[in-house]
Amino acid sequence: MVFSYYPGCTLRTKAKELDRKARLAAKELGIELCEVPEWQCCGGCYPVAKDEIATKLSAVRTLMAAKEADRPVVTVCSACHNVLKRVNDDMKNDPVISDRANRYLQNEVPYQGEAEVLHFLEMLRDKVGFDRIAEKVTKPLTGRKIAAYYGCLLLRPGKVMAFDDPENPTIIEDFIRALGAEAVVYPYRNECCGAYLALEDRDSVKKKSSAVLNGAKAGGADSVITACPLCLYNLQKCGGEIPVLYFTELLFEALGLE
Amino acid sequence: MEQKNLKETVLRISGVNPRKCMKCGKCSGTCPSYDEMEFHPHQFVYMVENGEIEPLMASKSIYRCLTCFACVERCPRQVEPAKLIEAVRLTVIRQQGQNHLKPDAIPALLDEDMPQQALVTAMRKYAK
Repeated sequence: MVFSYYPGCTLRTKAKELDRKARLAAKELGIELCEVPEWQCCGGCYPVAKDEIATKLSAVRTLMAAKEADRPVVTVCSACHNVLKRVNDDMKNDPVISDRANRYLQNEVPYQGEAEVLHFLEMLRDKVGFDRIAEKVTKPLTGRKIAAYYGCLLLRPGKVMAFDDPENPTIIEDFIRALGAEAVVYPYRNECCGAYLALEDRDSVKKKSSAVLNGAKAGGADSVITACPLCLYNLQKCGGEIPVLYFTELLFEALGLE
Repeated sequence: MEQKNLKETVLRISGVNPRKCMKCGKCSGTCPSYDEMEFHPHQFVYMVENGEIEPLMASKSIYRCLTCFACVERCPRQVEPAKLIEAVRLTVIRQQGQNHLKPDAIPALLDEDMPQQALVTAMRKYAK
């Protein structure tokens, strides 16, 4: 299986392990990830305003590259995934945004949301299959109790992201079970960690992030996993004592990779 | 801008129709920043509908919304309050000299683990 791969700004810098272990795990699973040539930062958050066009163009360029390569584009970072999927939805379903973006880019053939955007976890679930991943596990995480932290970006808006049930998701828990560990379901797993308030108000982030980790701890979790570098940062810095890891680190470990 | 124009601007930027609101309060009930806001999500909805935009523009509440979309997902009437808050914030920061976060201030806010994602997101949310 071959996919286009969009790492995003943070995976090249502060979240190198998220990137490296995703690539190595994919290789072990027989997946080839081809990096999108000359990709640009997605901007970090989807521009919600109806009249924001220029801020969506870098995402459109990535989507067009995926269309051109004729394969789905896979992201690991929750934020990139959120931006690419929502901009793709605009290009497909919002004629005003689509028309204006295509004019900006002077596209001879208009881009109309033809690319498929997948999160790495969706790729594992829908293209590989968690049952097949379970077969590939050589070092099952038996006895570990792991809590999945979804946050906001993977799930919402539910209709556009179509990632999982936005109020009762199971994809990361199924992933955890496929690796042989026990999944802990707890409150606040799909609530916001405080996000970019980390820059100007740590106390606010502390309230939100500690609610998450306290919930996981009360459920008996020994660690928490996430797909988002900013969630990881906030939970680690402001959340509490429980170790917080990227989901790719668990996959890497369970596949027996060094 | 006159009040009427401000309301029109916010409605146009957001694409929201606040008249769909049935005032159940679920948006504020589910907001993770509720207790840090002077005006809460449900108040944004009815104040925009009443044309009371200036108090919203002057309030720090517009920098407390994280656009986590909890209110949007859980609104039984698809009113999408977060889009209204975003539109009010943009109405402020699109004015000359109204950036909430200035690049010069950033180095003092960093530590060595801060992901780039936090910076690009904050710059997009707080500055033009």
